[in-house]
Amino acid sequence: MVMDFRSLQERLRQQDMTLGEKLRQISWTYALLISVVASVGFCMLYSAANGQWEPWASRQIVRFGIGFAAMICLALVNIRHYLRYAYIFYAISLVLLVAVDLRGVIGMGAQRWIDFGFIRLQPSELMKIALVLTLARYFHGLSIEDIGRPTALIAPLLMTLVPVALILKQPDLGTALMLLMGSGIVFFAAGVRLWKFAVVIAAGLAAIPVGWGMLHDYQRNRVLTFINPERDPLGAGYHILQSKIALGSGGVFGRGFMQGTQSHLNFLPEKQTDFIFTMLAEEFGMVGGLALVGLYTLIVAFGLIIALRCRHHFGRLLALGLTANFFLYVFINIAMVMGLIPVVGVPLPLISYGGTVMMTLMCGFGLVQGVNVHRDLHLGRRGGGEEP
Amino acid sequence: MSGARDSERGKLFTRRAAMLAAGQAGLTAALAGRMYYLQVLESERYGILADENRISLRLLPPPRGLILDRFGREMAVNRQNFRVLVVREQTPDLMQTLDSLSTIIPLSEKDKTRIRREVERKRAFMPVNVRENLTWEEMAQIQINAPELPGVVIDEGLTRFYPYGEGGAQVLGYVSSVSEKDLTGEALLELPGFRIGKAGIEKIYDLALRGKGGNSKVEVNALGRVIRELERKEGTPGTDISLTLDLELQQFAVERVGEESAGVVLIDVHTGEILVMASTPSFDPNAFNRGLSSEEWSALINNERAPLRNKCISAQFAPGSTFKLVVAMAALEAGVITPEQTVYCQGHIDLGTHRFHCWKKHGHGSVNLVEAIQHSCDVYFYEVARRVGIDRIADVARRFGLGSPLGIDLPNEVSGLIPDRAWKRALNGQPWLPGETLNAGIGQGYVLATPLQLAVMAARVANGGLMVRPRLTRDPVAHATGKPAPEPVLAPTGINPKSIALVRRGMFEVVNNPAGTAHRVAFDLNGMRMAGKTGTSQVRRITMKERETTGVIKNDALPWRERDHALFVAFAPTETPRYAICVVVEHGGGGSAVAAPIASDIMKEALRLDARRNRPPAPPPEVKA
Repeated sequence: MVMDFRSLQERLRQQDMTLGEKLRQISWTYALLISVVASVGFCMLYSAANGQWEPWASRQIVRFGIGFAAMICLALVNIRHYLRYAYIFYAISLVLLVAVDLRGVIGMGAQRWIDFGFIRLQPSELMKIALVLTLARYFHGLSIEDIGRPTALIAPLLMTLVPVALILKQPDLGTALMLLMGSGIVFFAAGVRLWKFAVVIAAGLAAIPVGWGMLHDYQRNRVLTFINPERDPLGAGYHILQSKIALGSGGVFGRGFMQGTQSHLNFLPEKQTDFIFTMLAEEFGMVGGLALVGLYTLIVAFGLIIALRCRHHFGRLLALGLTANFFLYVFINIAMVMGLIPVVGVPLPLISYGGTVMMTLMCGFGLVQGVNVHRDLHLGRRGGGEEP
Repeated sequence: MSGARDSERGKLFTRRAAMLAAGQAGLTAALAGRMYYLQVLESERYGILADENRISLRLLPPPRGLILDRFGREMAVNRQNFRVLVVREQTPDLMQTLDSLSTIIPLSEKDKTRIRREVERKRAFMPVNVRENLTWEEMAQIQINAPELPGVVIDEGLTRFYPYGEGGAQVLGYVSSVSEKDLTGEALLELPGFRIGKAGIEKIYDLALRGKGGNSKVEVNALGRVIRELERKEGTPGTDISLTLDLELQQFAVERVGEESAGVVLIDVHTGEILVMASTPSFDPNAFNRGLSSEEWSALINNERAPLRNKCISAQFAPGSTFKLVVAMAALEAGVITPEQTVYCQGHIDLGTHRFHCWKKHGHGSVNLVEAIQHSCDVYFYEVARRVGIDRIADVARRFGLGSPLGIDLPNEVSGLIPDRAWKRALNGQPWLPGETLNAGIGQGYVLATPLQLAVMAARVANGGLMVRPRLTRDPVAHATGKPAPEPVLAPTGINPKSIALVRRGMFEVVNNPAGTAHRVAFDLNGMRMAGKTGTSQVRRITMKERETTGVIKNDALPWRERDHALFVAFAPTETPRYAICVVVEHGGGGSAVAAPIASDIMKEALRLDARRNRPPAPPPEVKA
C-alpha cells in the first residue's frame, strides 16, 4: 500500500480525492437549506389537499428524495467531464427541442413534451441547464481580451437565441424569457461590456411591436390583464385578483396552517402549483412569506459564495449562472402572484408541485455542489489539467 | 493563460457578481415591500373582499300570511309540499335513476328531457326539480326505495292552498310565479319558486301577507357549493288577513247560484261588512299555484262567462228596475210628486214622436208611488223621471253609492256610470235629450252599476239613509287588540227619512204583497221577512217591428249574449234591517224569475245562520302571533 503524502490541498488541485473526502467537501449546510425549503413545500401541498398526503405531498417527497440523490451523485462527478461534454450535452438538448416541434405531444395548448413511454421529457427544462453549461464552457475558454471583441459574442448569442426561438415557437413565452435572462446573466458575469447590453436591450425594445404581432391571444391577454387586472375580473384577471385577495387577507400573521379560506374554498386557482406562495402567505401571513424569502436568499447567497470561492472560471460561471436562474424563478413567481408582473407560468422552485421542474432544480444544485467540491481544480481551456 | 490574466478575469467576475448580488437584493427588497403593502397596508380591504368571496347570504322565504273568514276559518293556507329533486353528482347514471323513479311517480319522456336539460345547465351539485306536490304515498315510496335511487332528494316547502277551491276564488285571488315585470329589486322576489299574489286579496295585501325574508349566512366555495352554515336569522312570517266573509254563507251562495253567470253580494247594512261576495262561474286558484297549461289558460281567458273576473266589482250592468228606488227618492225629494199622487199607465207613454213602452203591454192603470214600485210600473217612472230631470236623479244616485268606485279593498273595481247633462256634454258635446231621462228613469240607457254598488244602495235604503261603506277586511286594530272596532259613525245621505221609508214600503210590497213582482220568493222566518226590488235589464234594442209582428222575443229563444240581465236587490229583516243583498244574473232572464229566488234563499240562509249562532256573532278570532 502506497501512502499518499501529498497534502489535501495538493490532492484537491489534482482532483484525485477519495469518495469520502469528496463527500465531506459537499456543502451540507447548503443541502440542508434546500431540504428545509422543500419541506415547507411538502407542508403546503399537504394543506392544499385539505390535510391529505395524497395526491401531491407524498409524490413530491418521493421526487425530492430521488432529486436529492441525483444532486449528490452529480456533485461527485469530476467537473472536467462537465466541461468536456458541455457542447455535446447542449447539442443533444437542442435536437430534443427540435424533436418536440416535430412529434410533440399536445399539452395545455403547447407542445412541450416528448413521451418516451416511461418518462415524459421536457427538453426546455434540460436546455436551462445545458445552456448555462455551454456558455460557461465557452466563456471559460475566452481570454479577457477576447471578450472585448464583438465577434467573440456571435457564437454565444447564437447558442442562446436558437433554443429561445424554438421554445417561443412551442409556444412558451415564460420559459423563453427565463432562458434569455438566465444567459444574459452569464454574459454579464463573464464580463461583457455594459454598453453592449444597452444595445441589445434597445434593439429588444424596438422589436416589441413586431413581437406583439407574434404573440398568441392568451399571451396578449395576460399582458393586458397585468396592466389592468380589473379589465376582466372573472376571466384572465381572476387569478391575479383572487391571489391578491388571498394574500392581503392573510395579514401579518396569516390565518393559520390549513385555515386559508380563499385557497381551501378554491377561490385561488392552481394553488398547488404556480400560486402556492399565495396560499403560504394567506396561511402564515407576511411573517411566513418573508421567512420563505429569507430562506431563498440564503440559498442564493450560498450559491454566490460557492461561485466566488471557485478558482476556475468554468465553475464560477456555472455556479453563478445556475444560482441566478434559481433566483429568477423565485422572483418571477412571487412577483407574479403579488401582481407585480404579468402572469407567466413559472413555478415556485422546490415548493410548487411538479416532477420535471424538481428534477431540473436538483440537477442544477448538483452541479453547484460539484463546483464546490471541485473548486480548487486546475482546469485548462478544454478541460485538461494542463497549463497553457 | 497566465495566472495574472486569470486573476484579472477573476476580479472582473467578482465585481460583476457583486453587482448581480446587489441587483438581487434590490429585487428581494421589492418583494418584501410588496408583501408589506398587500398584507399590512391593504390587508383590511382584502380581508373584506375575502369574506365577500366566501360568505354568501341565502334568503329564507317567510311563510305567507293566512286568509281567514270572519270566524277565523281558513280560506287560504300554506300546505306542506313535498317535492322530489335530483342531484347529478350523487347519481352514477342520471337517466337510469330517473327510470327507476318513474316506476314510483309517472314521468313522461317530456319531463325527462326537461330534467336532463336543466341538469346539464346547472352545476353538478345543484338540485333539479323533478316534480312538486307529491302525495304522502309517493313520498313514502320514494323514501323506502331510497337505496335504489341515488341522488334523489325529497325537499319540503310550503305552497299556497285554498281548501275551498272555487268558492270565493275571485275575492281571494291567487298566487303565481313572479314575472319579469313584478321585480322590484326585493331579493325575495328573485328566489326560485317564490310566489306572489296576482289577483284579489292576495294581490292587494300582498306586501302584508308576504312577510319579511330571513337569511342564512353560509360559507361557499368558488363554485357556490355550500360548505357550512355560519349564522341564521329567521324572517317575519306574513300577517294573517281576516276577511268579513262568512265562509259557510259564501259556500252556500256559490252552490245556490249553480251554473249561472252571476254576481252576489250580501252586506251588513250597518257596518258595511261583506259576508258574501260570490262570482260565478269560478276557477280553481290552486291551479295557478301549480302552473296552468296554455290550454287551461286559454280556456279560462276565452270563456264568455269570464270566470276570472269578479263580477261583483269588475262588471257593470244596467240596473234596470232596481234603479227605480233612486228615481222614486229623487222625485219625492224634489217634490214633483206626492206619495198619494197617481200616474195613469196605459202601457206606454209618448214623448214627441217616440213611444216608451211599459213592460206590461196593456198598462197598470192608475198607480201611486208604492204601487208603482210594487208592480215596477215603467210608465210611472218615465213620468216622474221626466218631471225630476236627470241631474237630480244623478245626485240622489251618487248619494246611494252609484257612479263611482266604493273603494273596496280589491283590485280592478270599476266605477259604474251615472249620467247627467255635464257628463253627456263632456262625452261628445251633445246636449242631453229628454228621452234619455226617461230611459234612465227605468235604469236603462247609459246607467250602469256593479252588483256591489247595488247592494250598497239597498243597504243605504235599508239603514235609513246612512252612507255605509262596504269592506272586505276586518279592522286591523281589532286584529291586534282582539277588541271589536267601534261602529263607524256614518254620514247621512241627506235624504228625508220619510222618502226612504216610503221606498222601503214599496220594496216590502214587492215581496210580501200577493200582487208584488217577487211575491213567489216571500218567506217568514219567525217574523223575519224580506223586502226587495226586481230588475230586468235589456241588453238589446227591441224594434217597433218586433213588437208589432212577432211580439217581444222570449229570452229562451235568444242567444245567451242577447238575453236580459236578471237583477234583484233586497234587505231583511224588514222591521230591523240587518243584511242587504244584490243578485245579478248575467243574461239570466227575468229578475223575479231568476235572481229573486237566489237572493231569497241566500238571505234566508243568512238569517238562519245568525239565529243558530245566537247573535251577536262570536268576537273576531285570535290573531296568530
